[in-house]
Amino acid sequence: MTRRRGRRRLVSRIMTGATVLAAILAVLPLFVIFADLVIKGVSSVNLDFLVKNPAPPGVPGGGVANAIVGTMIIVGLGALIGLPIGIGAGVYLAEYGSSRFGNTVRFIADVLNGTPSIVVGIFVWTWLVRPLGTFSALAGAVSLAVLTIPMVTRTTEEMVRLVPNSLREAALALGYTRWRTSVTIIIRTAWPGIMTGALVAVARITGETAPLLFTALGNLNFKTNVLQPMQTLSLQIYFYAIGPFPEWHRLAWGSALVLMALVLIFGITARYATRARYGR
Amino acid sequence: MVVDPAEIQLRTERVSAYFHGKAAVREATLVFPRNTVTAIIGPSGCGKSTFLRCLNRMHEMTPGASVTGQVFLDGHDIYAPDVNPIQLRKRVGMVFQRPAPFPTMSVAENVAAGLRVNGNVKRTEVSTIVERALRGAALWEEVNDRLDKSALALSGGQQQRLCIARAIAPSPDVILLDEPTSALDPISTQRIEELVQDLKEHYTVVIVTHNMQQAARVSDYTAFFYMGELVETGLTEKLFTRPAEERTEAYITGRFG
Repeated sequence: MTRRRGRRRLVSRIMTGATVLAAILAVLPLFVIFADLVIKGVSSVNLDFLVKNPAPPGVPGGGVANAIVGTMIIVGLGALIGLPIGIGAGVYLAEYGSSRFGNTVRFIADVLNGTPSIVVGIFVWTWLVRPLGTFSALAGAVSLAVLTIPMVTRTTEEMVRLVPNSLREAALALGYTRWRTSVTIIIRTAWPGIMTGALVAVARITGETAPLLFTALGNLNFKTNVLQPMQTLSLQIYFYAIGPFPEWHRLAWGSALVLMALVLIFGITARYATRARYGR
Repeated sequence: MVVDPAEIQLRTERVSAYFHGKAAVREATLVFPRNTVTAIIGPSGCGKSTFLRCLNRMHEMTPGASVTGQVFLDGHDIYAPDVNPIQLRKRVGMVFQRPAPFPTMSVAENVAAGLRVNGNVKRTEVSTIVERALRGAALWEEVNDRLDKSALALSGGQQQRLCIARAIAPSPDVILLDEPTSALDPISTQRIEELVQDLKEHYTVVIVTHNMQQAARVSDYTAFFYMGELVETGLTEKLFTRPAEERTEAYITGRFG
C-alpha cells in the first residue's frame, strides 16, 4: 500500500517535472533570440538608423526608414484585405458551417493553411505581378492577405464556437433575430479571442519574406506608392544578410531587432486595446 | 379542468413536437389560466422542456425540430403563418436552466438587452424599466450599487435572478422557466421560489421542474408528462394528493423517475 503510494507520488513528480521542463523549453527560444538580437543589433540601432534610408555600399551609416514604413504599409494593407475576409469566413463556418459548403470551405482553409508561403508568392506573381507588369507593394499585401485568411478563418471559427449555446438561446428568447444574436451577442463575446487570432496572424505575416521576394521585391529608396516595388524589414534583413559586407551584416542584425520590437510593440498594444471589457 | 375562457392566457391544442421526425411530445392539450403558476413535471426525457419550448417557438430553432398543433396566446394561434416568432418572444419571456447573463454586458445592460430590440423604448425610460425589472426580480437591493459592473461578478443565484429581470423587463404576458433552480444552491433556490410567487401577480408563469416538492410549493396547477404524453393535469393540490392516473401516482410517490 505505502510502496504503491510512493511509486505513484514519484511518477506524479516526474510527469510534473517533465511538463515544467517542456514549458521552459517552449519559451526559451524567444529569450535566446531576443537576447542574441539585442547583443548583436543594438549597436546599429540609433536615431539615424530609424529615420534614414539605406546608404550605398561602402558608405557608412544609413538606415531602414524605408523598410519600416514599407513593412507598415504592406502588412497594414495585407491585414486590411485579409482580416475582414478571414473573420467573416470564420463566423460563417462557426454559425452556419455544418453544411456541405461549410465543410468544403473548412477543408480548403486547412489546405491553404499548410501551403508554403513561397508558393503563395509565386501564385500572386503569376496572377498580379505579371499582368500588371511590375512588382508592387500591393501584390505583396495580397500575398500576405492570402496567408492571413486561412489562419484567421480557423481561429475565428474556434473562438466563435467557444461561446456557449446558452447565450444564443437567451438572446433568441428575448426576441433577437438570428443575425442580431450573431453580431451583438456571439461575435461580441468571442471578440477578444478573435482579435488574439488576428494578432498572431499579423505578427506572422510581418516576418514573412519568401512571398514578398516575388511580389513586393524590395526597394532601396523610400516609397509610399503601393503600385511600385517597396522595401520591408524582412526583405532588408534577407538582402543584407546574404550580402558580402560586414557592415551589411551589422545592419541586418539591427533590422532584425527593429522588426522584432515592432512586432512586440504591436502585439502588446493590440492586446491592450482588445482586452475583454470585464476581466475575470 | 374547467376555467372561465376569459381567464385563459395560454392554451395548447394537440401540440406535438418532433426531432428529426421522432415525436418528443405527443398531442398535448393544456390550459394556462391568467396570473397562475403551472408546473410541468415528469422524469428526464419525458418532453417537458421540449413542450415548454413550443410555447415561445424556441423548439423550432433546433435543427431538425418541428411542431404540429396550435398554441393560443390570448386567443391567437402563435403558429399562424402571419405571426412573427421574434415579436412573439417579446410577449413570452424565458429563463433557462443555467444562468446565462451576457458576459460582455454590465448588470444594467443585461436587463435592458431585450428592450433594445423592442426599438420604441426611449433612452430616458430605460433606467426606470431596469430598476423596475430588478425590483421585480428581487435583485435591486443587492446590485443597485454595481449596475455598471460585469454581470459575471454576481453569484449564480443572483445571475439567475438577473436573467429573470432580463425576461420581465420587456413586460411580457407569460414567463417560461425551464428548471430555473437546477444549477443553484438551496438558499438561492428558495429565493427563486419566493420570487415565482411574486411573479404571478403580473405574469402567467409556466415552470418546468424535475423537483416534485418544488412543483408542490410554487404552483397552482400541475401537468405531469411521461414519455412525451401529457398524462394528467389539474390543481396542484389535487394532483399531488388524489391523482386520477396510476402513472401519476407511481411517479409522485417515487416508484419511478
